[in-house]
Amino acid sequence: MMKNRGIGLKLILLILTSVTLIFFLIFGYNYLFSRRIIIKNVEKNARNLAQATVNRIDMVLRSVEKVPKSLAYFLESSSYSGGDMIDLLHSVVENNPEIYGSTIAFEPYAYSRNSLCFAPYFYKCKGKIEFKYIPYKYFYWDWYQIPKELNRPAWTEPYYDVGAGNIIMSTYSVPFYKTVLGKRQLMGVVTADISLSWLQKIIASIKIGQTGYGFLVSKNGTFVTHHDEHLIMNETIFSAAEARADARLRELGREMIRGKSGFVPFSSILTGKKCWMVYTPLSSSGWSLGVLFPQDELMADITNLNRIVIFLGLAGFLFLLVVIVLISGSITRPLRALAEAAKDIATGNLDIELPTIKSRDEVGKLADSFNYMKSSLKEYIKELTETTAAKERIESELKIAHDIQMGILHKIFPPFPDRPELDIYATLEPAKEVGGDLYDFFFMDDDHLCFTVGDVSGKGVPASLFMAITMTLIKTKATKGLSPDKVLSRVNEDLSIDNPSMMFVTVFLGILNIRTGELEYSNGGHNPPYIFHKNGDIEPLEMTNGMALGVVEDFSYQSKKFVLQKGETIFLYTDGVTEAMNEKEELFSEERLKKDINALKDKPIQEVAAGITEKVKAFSQGVPQTDDITMMILRFYGRD
Amino acid sequence: MPRYKIILCLALFFFITVEAVAGEKALKKAFFIPQWVPQAQFAGYYLAHERGIYKKHGIDLTIIPGGPDSPPLDFLKSGKADFGTLWLSTGIQMRAKGIKIINIAQVLQRSALMLVAKKSSGIKSPQDMNGKKVGLWGPIFQIQPKAFIKKYNLNVKIIRQSFSVNLFLRDGVDVASAMWYNEYHTILNSGLNPDELTTFLFHKHGLNFPEDGIYTMKDTFQRDPDLCRAFVKASIEGWQYALAHPEETLSIVMKNLQKEHIPATWVHQKWMLDRMKDLILPEDPNIPMGKLFAEDYNRVAKGLKDNGLIKEIPDFTFFYRECISHDEK
Repeated sequence: MMKNRGIGLKLILLILTSVTLIFFLIFGYNYLFSRRIIIKNVEKNARNLAQATVNRIDMVLRSVEKVPKSLAYFLESSSYSGGDMIDLLHSVVENNPEIYGSTIAFEPYAYSRNSLCFAPYFYKCKGKIEFKYIPYKYFYWDWYQIPKELNRPAWTEPYYDVGAGNIIMSTYSVPFYKTVLGKRQLMGVVTADISLSWLQKIIASIKIGQTGYGFLVSKNGTFVTHHDEHLIMNETIFSAAEARADARLRELGREMIRGKSGFVPFSSILTGKKCWMVYTPLSSSGWSLGVLFPQDELMADITNLNRIVIFLGLAGFLFLLVVIVLISGSITRPLRALAEAAKDIATGNLDIELPTIKSRDEVGKLADSFNYMKSSLKEYIKELTETTAAKERIESELKIAHDIQMGILHKIFPPFPDRPELDIYATLEPAKEVGGDLYDFFFMDDDHLCFTVGDVSGKGVPASLFMAITMTLIKTKATKGLSPDKVLSRVNEDLSIDNPSMMFVTVFLGILNIRTGELEYSNGGHNPPYIFHKNGDIEPLEMTNGMALGVVEDFSYQSKKFVLQKGETIFLYTDGVTEAMNEKEELFSEERLKKDINALKDKPIQEVAAGITEKVKAFSQGVPQTDDITMMILRFYGRD
Repeated sequence: MPRYKIILCLALFFFITVEAVAGEKALKKAFFIPQWVPQAQFAGYYLAHERGIYKKHGIDLTIIPGGPDSPPLDFLKSGKADFGTLWLSTGIQMRAKGIKIINIAQVLQRSALMLVAKKSSGIKSPQDMNGKKVGLWGPIFQIQPKAFIKKYNLNVKIIRQSFSVNLFLRDGVDVASAMWYNEYHTILNSGLNPDELTTFLFHKHGLNFPEDGIYTMKDTFQRDPDLCRAFVKASIEGWQYALAHPEETLSIVMKNLQKEHIPATWVHQKWMLDRMKDLILPEDPNIPMGKLFAEDYNRVAKGLKDNGLIKEIPDFTFFYRECISHDEK
């Protein structure tokens, strides 16, 4: 899918995904780590706070405990009167601000045989110290019965004291004894009541953030103080757990009343807010202090930080998005423009203005190369056009030259229809537009026919010019009465003078007496022609040992003579025939030529020429012709 | 108590006004006092009152809140109340003393009194109580435990137990008396788990002394037996309604308790109402609610006699007046 998307989208997807991933990894780690640190600190502070509070309360309770204890000690160890006892109680309540009330309650008839109950009670009421005898049978009340049955001092559960001012109080009771006949006998209990309002004040002063608070539960789990007044003395932590069907809370409550301490995650029973709770017991009364630390408030800083970090991350994300869009745009825009331009260039429009790219980066270099390529192409095409034009001009000139060259050769056969003594046919097939082969025949007088075949060294225009010169020279030099050797010598002379290009031409020149068949010939380095004898033999004409013309100025050529019988044929050719090559770089060769001539010798001369041409073409089979192919066939009939 | 007099006067005045002005079907005025504060233990009566069931049965009822200062027997004797609830054992005891009260319905079929011990004190069976301290309430609450001690031939040290269970929670006693619907739940809500406790429900130990029943003076019954029947029927209907609608019942119970400034928690009242259901409904669903059976009567009476609380067992036929199925006869 990505394959078809643009670079920009790919960059955005890949980079932003990676960056987001990295961001969240860092963020997550940071969050967890800082959270752990905060929780650790919270726990430390929470434990310290709880312990400090518990110590404050314990200090008061311990000091209160001392009073009834020493009173009990006094009662056990001294003899006292009723008046002493009442004075003592009065001063206890008066001198101990923490003590709300105090009594010495005796066992039934223990103080006096006449009274079942005896319990003088001093207590504070509206700033004054009041006195009364406890008016009810107190023997089965917790504050009396529990220390009695346990035989040790004990704090009571907190309770509403209905008689004395609707306050919550708790009583510390110390049993005291008398030894009668060696037996330790309970005499009664000494008590000190404390109002729990100061305790509630201490705990109410615990404020953790906006909603954190402390609470105290008694030995039975009853709420002694709590943020929610409905719970105080009304509910226990266990009834709260039952109401909320919260087994964890119940278990926590059990931990608390067992005197354990701890730091646990907790949901506020008031608000359901997530909190941490630290709990620790009062060593004096066995009650337990719990303090709730609202998580969200303690985590407010880290939450804020996280919010900012997320915001920054988001802003960074957007910034990055914009940057990537810009960068990818700066890359892909010129690339797209270049691609468009390339498409235009491909259609041949080299004049198109390439997009200007100022940057010096890879894209800039690409654009430069593109520009260079465009101008090079343009230049090249311009040159190509010029060259082509030049070539075309040359070609047309060569065409004309070809036409001229062909024009100077005989084209109409039979050339001498009024001369039945002989038939003559010639063909010249240049390898290029113009060539260096030549043939010619003309009558020097009524009886003598001069004929010649030549081959200029080299090819092309120089050779054709040399050929034209040679032909012209031959025509002008071959005057009546001159023998072939003389003609060649003269032509050679002229060609050799001013021949700076050191060109040369092989020429065979013969003069035939068409009355007698007498042939006088001279050969300037050319291939010896074949004679088709009457008896069917084919053999080359005897050599005259002449060298090519244009080489040595004063070379003297020799002539030889031969008499043609009626019906005999002379076959002249240039080496274009025998040196035609096939694909295997084999030459056509004189043997093959001789063989083919043999097969064709009785045919009309035009057919012979056509036949050989065909054979050569068939042999070379598509290999381009490298040399001019020239043949001239002369058949002698003689006069009747 | 001046308060109740004012109510009486007001009610009387209201009654007369209604009678005179509206001329509707005359509602019979009646007063009822339960033995304790308006907790779920008495939900049926309060619900019948609240839902107009007493009015439907032709009674203009006033409920006098019970409590420590208002013993129903005194109210019945003095005529301040027409009906009241008492334990069957109290009822028999009073009858034996010559007070002409009669039982017109036995609402609770089973006794909720129980003994509770901590397993940690090693008590898992009745025999384990030997040599232990057992907390017991006043005389009327001691009949069953004493019979229990006798039945299992135990030697225990009896400690007088107060209203609170703190002595037990502090291990001042090894075994505590508890009402199943009340103190037992308080113990649970002081952090002890049921599996840490051994319970002895007397009704499961052949000592079923059915508790709350409806009582009236013989005179009242003779004067207006129809009123008595109507009251019993309306009360039973109230109970049926209350047990069928616990949520509504509990909110009314809570409202009444708050009105009396009595600390109360929903869960505790719910526990109490649930236990009431266990204690009220007869085992055989074909037996109507609120019947007193001679068998139960004799068991309780014998227990009282054995403990010296009564000298003679009163005649059951004089003691109990069937009011439930009267119409069907």
